Amino acid sequence: MFEIFASLKLALALMAGGDAELAAIVALSIELSLAAAVLGSILGLPLGALVAIGRFPGRRAIIVCLNALLGLPSVVVGLVVYLMLSRAGPLGSWGLLFTPGAIVAAQTLLVVPIVAALSRQAVEDAWAEYEEQLRSLGVGTARAVRTLLWDTRFSLLTVALAGFGRAASEVGAVMIVGGNIDGVTRVMTTAIALETSKGDLPLALALGIVLILVVLAVNAAAYAIREWSAKRHG
Amino acid sequence: MELNLATNFRRLAVTWMAAAVAAATILAAKDATAQDTFITVASTTSTEQSGLFKQLLPEFKKATGIEARVVALGTGQALDMGRRGDADVVFVHDKVAEEKFVADGFGVKRLEVMYNDFIVVGPKADPAGAKGKDILAALKKIEASKAPFASRADKSGTHAAELRYWKAAGVEKPQGAWYRETGSGMGPTLNTASAMNAYALTDRGTWLSFKNRGDLVILVEGDKALFNQYGVMLVNPAKHPHVKKEAGQKFVDWVVSPAGQAAIAAYKIDGEQLFFPNAKP
Amino acid sequence: MAERPAPLLRARDLTVVLGGVTVLDRLSVEILPGLRTVVLGANGAGKSVMLRALHGLVAPASGRIEWQGGRPPRQAMVFQRPVMLRRSALANVEYGLAVNGIEGAERERRAREAIAKVGLEAIAHRSARVLSGGEQQRLALARAWALEPAILFLDEPTSSLDPGAAFEVERIVAAIAAEGTRIVMTTHNLGQARRLADEIVFIHQGRVAEQTPADRFFADPQSQDARVFLKGELPWN
Repeated sequence: MFEIFASLKLALALMAGGDAELAAIVALSIELSLAAAVLGSILGLPLGALVAIGRFPGRRAIIVCLNALLGLPSVVVGLVVYLMLSRAGPLGSWGLLFTPGAIVAAQTLLVVPIVAALSRQAVEDAWAEYEEQLRSLGVGTARAVRTLLWDTRFSLLTVALAGFGRAASEVGAVMIVGGNIDGVTRVMTTAIALETSKGDLPLALALGIVLILVVLAVNAAAYAIREWSAKRHG
Repeated sequence: MELNLATNFRRLAVTWMAAAVAAATILAAKDATAQDTFITVASTTSTEQSGLFKQLLPEFKKATGIEARVVALGTGQALDMGRRGDADVVFVHDKVAEEKFVADGFGVKRLEVMYNDFIVVGPKADPAGAKGKDILAALKKIEASKAPFASRADKSGTHAAELRYWKAAGVEKPQGAWYRETGSGMGPTLNTASAMNAYALTDRGTWLSFKNRGDLVILVEGDKALFNQYGVMLVNPAKHPHVKKEAGQKFVDWVVSPAGQAAIAAYKIDGEQLFFPNAKP
Repeated sequence: MAERPAPLLRARDLTVVLGGVTVLDRLSVEILPGLRTVVLGANGAGKSVMLRALHGLVAPASGRIEWQGGRPPRQAMVFQRPVMLRRSALANVEYGLAVNGIEGAERERRAREAIAKVGLEAIAHRSARVLSGGEQQRLALARAWALEPAILFLDEPTSSLDPGAAFEVERIVAAIAAEGTRIVMTTHNLGQARRLADEIVFIHQGRVAEQTPADRFFADPQSQDARVFLKGELPWN
């Protein structure tokens, strides 16, 4: 019990003190997770919407695969990305291994299935309401995808946030492809893992609290945006 | 209202390719602005967790302008990284494995850098009566009493050393419920030992910065057999042409140079020196 | 008998099966130009499905739909519950025009004109989904009107509205018809049918039981099914 209290105090001290190293790690974590969330959304949102609206052979198989990918073990993703980016692998000449770029790549691969599955659900629900009217107006599938993505934009913000949360909380894959290099690829989660394995539990817990607060702040902002939008747009 | 499957997936693919190009550009730009030269050094978790690199690397950068990026894994994994060409320099502590690395053509030359020592930690009550200066005698007693022992079992230099000690003590392969193989690094293994009140073999560096000791204390130290030799090797550019051989060689040269060796000796935790430089001049 | 004008739309032997149930059973109907048609029938008779089949939202299992001039003209449909996008009222009308290839200054002009014609200029910039039911339905009509459709289908457009709003809708439908758009509308409200219809198409069990000019239908329906229906709806007749 004392551990938690001591860690709380330490966490507040770290944050108040503006510890430069901590700030750098937090900034890097947010930057990379944000990049992965944005990239994952660019890839996953249209995919989810297309599967929701389109009718084509193999659609149900794709839905099953997308749902299965939700349970994709992240260490497997880390391993696969590592093998791809390793010098001995096909993309080795890109020199991305053990750089922030590799982390964004691995995180994006984890974010896309989540964003696709959740956006498919959101768009499907909206499509149930919109389909008849839009078809009546002569809207084709491509335009319908764009229109629905825009119309469900506030729900999709929540979806993108779920992607951000997933990216920000990843440890295993980030450790494997990033190497947890001090000052280069050390993010909050891998720093926590390092401090835990060093037995420095109060510091690890303090870092964990900071991470939770960061994710909370991002979610609170999104909630505020949704509330404002509901009032304005219904 | 038909769906033109080809058109829509083509549009999706175009979006994806645009996103990928944008991402690659941003990521490449980010890394380019980051720094001038850097090398990737594969080393071990115990070395990193001792905190040595935090002191050493800034001095290296000041001396040469090169940033050394350390990826810390187990010795086995670090050597694998070197074999795959994912590192420029390998800096580990397993003489036998290192010599094989060079013999197989993956490393250019093995140079001795420093040594630290192993110790055995265990519960203060010492149920097996292992306390003393003799590692082999201690291990024999632990095995005889079947007292719990936490092993890294992770292909690391520490693990390799541990197995050599067991063998020398007459235990071909430790087995039984008392011998817990954690398959993890030094820190997590010590966490497990602390939680289970078990004995463990650890390097002094990790122990000195380990904060979760519980009831564990140092029981066996000072045996000459417990010295743990570190070696550094440049990854062979003949096998992997992309290796940064000039910068990597500078690192190798620096750690064995008087400046590097002094920096190593200067690293202390609570006033205690962890690593003892012994590069051959 | 005066020569009949060529039909705008002719459906022959349309059969539509939904969920295993035959909703339209070899239904045939002709829509001549220049009239306001109201479709009546009991619940489940197939009125809504017929509209959707003619409009092209539901594919028939068999049968043909022939349009004057070979291909379907610009058409629009207004549903019982209006569906608006999450954007301003004006933007919703502009969306319909954009989908149909009308861009730029003309798009904005036609959209504003349509909004004015249904009396919504004051709230053109408000978000459409927070408007009242009546306002949204008028907006749906504006969206359809702006397209200048040759034919406008309406599926019980006032069932969800209060009488005041319903009346507004009727007025707008009459105005749209006056500008030359062919009206085909379903309703449960016989008073509304009397006010708006030039002719009645009466559907019974998936077929057209009767297609008669409105006055004659209410005074003296031709078919037995229609008679039973009217008696059920207006037991005092």
